[in-house]
Amino acid sequence: MKRFASMLLVTTIPFFAMIALFLLVPLLSMIEGSFQAEGGGGFTISHYQEIFSNPYYLQAFENSVLISFLSSLIGIIAAVFAAYAITRFPQSLQQRVLVITNLTSNFAGIPLAFAFIVLLGNSGLFVLLAKQLGIDFGQSFTLYSWSGLTLVYVYFQLPLAVMLLYPLYHVIQKQWMEAAELLGASPWHFWLRIGFPVLFPGIVGTFSILFANAMGAYASAYALTGSNYNLVPIRIGALVSGDIFARPELGSALAVLLGLTLAAALVVNEWLTRKIRRDLS
Amino acid sequence: MKRIGLPSLSFALVMLYLFLPVAATVLYSLATEWNSTVLPEGLTLKWFAELYGDPRFLQAFGRSFVLSFLTTVVAVVIIVPAVFSIVVYAPRMEKLVQLFVMLTYAVPGVIMAVGLIRTYSGNGIPMIVITAGAYLVGLLPYLYQGTRNSLLALHARSLMEAAELLGASRWQAFVRIIVPNIMSGIFVSALLSFSILFGEFVLINILVGGRYETLQLYLYNKLSASGHVASAITVTYFVLMAIITSLIVRFTRRSFARKEVS
Repeated sequence: MKRFASMLLVTTIPFFAMIALFLLVPLLSMIEGSFQAEGGGGFTISHYQEIFSNPYYLQAFENSVLISFLSSLIGIIAAVFAAYAITRFPQSLQQRVLVITNLTSNFAGIPLAFAFIVLLGNSGLFVLLAKQLGIDFGQSFTLYSWSGLTLVYVYFQLPLAVMLLYPLYHVIQKQWMEAAELLGASPWHFWLRIGFPVLFPGIVGTFSILFANAMGAYASAYALTGSNYNLVPIRIGALVSGDIFARPELGSALAVLLGLTLAAALVVNEWLTRKIRRDLS
Repeated sequence: MKRIGLPSLSFALVMLYLFLPVAATVLYSLATEWNSTVLPEGLTLKWFAELYGDPRFLQAFGRSFVLSFLTTVVAVVIIVPAVFSIVVYAPRMEKLVQLFVMLTYAVPGVIMAVGLIRTYSGNGIPMIVITAGAYLVGLLPYLYQGTRNSLLALHARSLMEAAELLGASRWQAFVRIIVPNIMSGIFVSALLSFSILFGEFVLINILVGGRYETLQLYLYNKLSASGHVASAITVTYFVLMAIITSLIVRFTRRSFARKEVS
């Protein structure tokens, strides 16, 4: 009995110490800080009041939610079809395509922002091409606008969406399609009435993961214009690390609110994942 | 008769979208001049030569390598034995570990950075150590999943029982029997961990900034200086990721193949 206790203790004490030091304590300290007056005063909810009454921060939330929602929506629609196309390839090719898709997911953050500058920046490949063809994007599109940033977000959503959706299709079995066809259903009918309803919880669950992923994204937007985009993660970064305007307590309150948004998205995912019918296979 | 359906079309577009930026960056890193023409005017390796001759790049690469490598090793040493004893001897604690895994996964770097600054900045501990500590926790989901899968595939619980019946101590059995058998699975998770840390920007930028210039920070600083050199950095980074990914694929296959034999 003693040996049992010693091995468990020796191995788990450093483990739980690590989690306490670098996860739990910082998170609790952040929550506590969000309720503290600036410069270490007493308890206050003024930071939350400020966020909810300051149009600048409300705008940041609106922008973050909009770009996350839009990029997740585009990503998931493209991936629903693309992942299905992959399931129809020969087995060895499927694995290869997934590996390559996964590889492009390393193209995130700074390298990704830079690649888009090469493509669509002020003297980017496509901008030059358009000029030669006599098309002037002019004011309507630049990489540094919201539509440009959305393209970057869609890029990092796509590999994740494909990787998460691909396994879902294994639930749908060939026999179902054959049975439906024998009973006179067109493929269109099959997907509308059987395929899609079975996949739906998984699709919405994946959507919520993509949404959370985009809400927390910081590096790509930061690389494109520094602190110019008014997004929640960018505001948080500026509030805690800004040399002149550092206001860590307000940054903490923003971070708590962002965390709550992400938690809500992930709770939706948990709930829907449980709805995926595993009894069918 | 087969017409191109919506799935195939969508697949082709997704692949095109994923490849265009990679291809353009590779081309840009090899182009002599590319300011007004649609295709580069000539090809050259001089940007790579310039980059690899820059001591600042070599230092940044070295820092990224050392930071990612050491952190991965420490994370493996802390997490793998803990997950082992929890899975084998205290399965009821798994729910708690899974809660932490969810939490790590759900909290993005920018939120972690706020908490870490509040807790640790200004009390003498170098922020690079704090960043490394945060990386340890960040690797938890990947190492937990990898270790757990390897242990379950190995039937670690019955193996340990057998070893102990034959008179081995728990530590002996762990070091001599479990570790060699889960090695390849752990190695795959470690490679994945290394590649994740190698690409990390948020924490190192907010917590440490220019005081410890990693490859990602170096790339960020080069963005405004020279597009060609920046694309040479990006290509170098991407090639390294491709090498790691192919190693992961190879070792995953190998450990699968062995399991099928045994």
